[in-house]
Amino acid sequence: MSIFVHEDTRVCVQGITGRDGAFHTKGMVEYGTNIVCGVTPGKGGQDVDGIPVFDNMKEAVDATKANASILFVPARFAAPAVIEAAEAGVDLVVCVSEGIPTLDVAKVYQRIGELGTRMIGPNCPGVISPGKCKLGIMPGRIHTRGGVGVVSRSGTLTYEVVDQLGRHGFGQSTVLGIGGDPIIGTSFIDALDAYERDSETEAVVLIGEIGGTDEEQASEFIKSNMKTPVVSFIAGRTAPPGKRMGHAGAIIAGGKGTAQEKIDAFRAAGVPVADRPSEIPDLVRSALGR
Amino acid sequence: MKIHEYQAKEILATYGVPIPRFEIATTPGEARKAADDIGRMVVVKAQVHVGGRGKAGGVKLAKTPDEAEGHARAILGMDIKGLTVEKVMISDAVDIDREYYIGIVVDRATKKPVYMVSEAGGIDIEEVARETPEKIVKHAVDPESGLSPEEARELAGKIESRPAVADRVADFITKLYAAFVGSDASLAEINPLVITPDEVVWAVDAKMNIDDNALYRHEEIAAMRDPATETDELRKARDMGLSFVKLDGSVGCLVNGAGLAMTTMDLISHYGGEPANFLDIGGSSSPEKVVTALEIITSDPNVRSILINIFGGITRCDDVANGLLLALSRTSVSLPIVARLTGTNEEQAKEILAASDLVSADSMNEAVEKAVELAKQPA
Repeated sequence: MSIFVHEDTRVCVQGITGRDGAFHTKGMVEYGTNIVCGVTPGKGGQDVDGIPVFDNMKEAVDATKANASILFVPARFAAPAVIEAAEAGVDLVVCVSEGIPTLDVAKVYQRIGELGTRMIGPNCPGVISPGKCKLGIMPGRIHTRGGVGVVSRSGTLTYEVVDQLGRHGFGQSTVLGIGGDPIIGTSFIDALDAYERDSETEAVVLIGEIGGTDEEQASEFIKSNMKTPVVSFIAGRTAPPGKRMGHAGAIIAGGKGTAQEKIDAFRAAGVPVADRPSEIPDLVRSALGR
Repeated sequence: MKIHEYQAKEILATYGVPIPRFEIATTPGEARKAADDIGRMVVVKAQVHVGGRGKAGGVKLAKTPDEAEGHARAILGMDIKGLTVEKVMISDAVDIDREYYIGIVVDRATKKPVYMVSEAGGIDIEEVARETPEKIVKHAVDPESGLSPEEARELAGKIESRPAVADRVADFITKLYAAFVGSDASLAEINPLVITPDEVVWAVDAKMNIDDNALYRHEEIAAMRDPATETDELRKARDMGLSFVKLDGSVGCLVNGAGLAMTTMDLISHYGGEPANFLDIGGSSSPEKVVTALEIITSDPNVRSILINIFGGITRCDDVANGLLLALSRTSVSLPIVARLTGTNEEQAKEILAASDLVSADSMNEAVEKAVELAKQPA
């Protein structure tokens, strides 16, 4: 299997007629993702390269049975768009948009949780199960199918790690970018729990960074709940306190959220931590006993 | 975005949070006049974006306008943790019977706004959290329905036992929450909340941070950004959509993606160098962004070498390479540059850059090692 997206994922693209939406829709279709529809208010009835466009999510889901959506909607319109997707009944929403107000994300998280919808992101590259479904903006060709699950708060750093895994012969079951914002829909623990239950995933690479305590919570979860081996890397050892390092969530605040705390937590939980990304394939190899 | 105490108090006052009367002064003469207007004992407070102003000598009581003028003369221009004091607040020094702490943060773990109240006010709350965490009561608020009057009363009851005063504290707690949500704050802290001997409630100090992502819907708050707190480089970076943080080392870096940019800094340190900055050019690689990024990096006299680390995903490496050449033709950069471009169309990028003076590298480790080495060579 894989987690969150599979061969049977039927995708709706919200904001399909916009510049980014059209560009990434093309990339996903080329990869083989089953894009069944798109939504842009006021453009219902049109099509984008043969993909039907609807005015709203309800019509789109009713007509096409889409079960997942990905948003390419400007940040200020993204929160209601996520809720619209959840209310229309999709199981999964990938929110790529960067710059959504944090209190809006808190409200969205609560509302879609009540509806049973999972959000990945915001401010993330999305999720890919190699050879099956690419629901995101990552470059498809660096991914190969295999047994390593990857979960990360980053974008290009994840591509770097996936590229190195591939060069060392480690394909991936699913690669998931959970996003760089302070409040995100899918946390490390959600991903780890799904990987632990996934028969295809033999080992997990967790890529964390400074800010918050999601990594510390993940280390507790790994210790108590996981048999699948996990290896990790933490970005931001040299980041100064009190400064936002690009991602809204990457900040050491009040002395909390340092890389060292996270590294210590993982090591205490028996999770090896790479000093450099180039060491990750070797850590995976030993974790798998190869 | 950080705002000053006086700006936070201006926002809070519009929500009905009780704020002692204050004026802002930029000269000792203005401070004297303000103290005279208030006509009581005042406190002169440095307006800078750091904690510990009191310990640094930036907060002084003044019984007379003469004293206020003298304190303002000492505090204005003072350096507090690297920041120069340009403004002082002259505030009515209300009488203190009790001091409490109340604050709200957006809590990442519960994914909700969390209220914190403590009877141990007037001292560093991080110290309270370390030494006596049981003295801080936390309460997560439902982000959809907001804070109910019952919740406000319960929170007030945790710190104030006199029923009539607790009602006033509850009212304060409700108004602070409205201000927090209404201005899209990421932090709002009142320390201390003061109860006077005649049982009046005041926000004597106030700290607010505003969510940058929400500034688009708060023009009046966005306008509060203090130009004196931002360097030219930071402003330039912000205008161009670059994430930039100045550091003290000698290896300048230009990277796409925040995680990769932090990792690049960490590797520089791993190989015995020191990063001069964090700089994420983001997803698009327009020549304008690259030009601005190079200008910002080279304006730092400590920089001895430049490291460009790009992982081309959706971004094409040949586009970045062309942008880089264009950028270099428009600016005069005499420092050695190591470029590592990998991913989509990396072969074309290598051909494009082959004729340039750029030092190329195949892996991130190799690029960082070379840049660190070059930064150590005499100019």
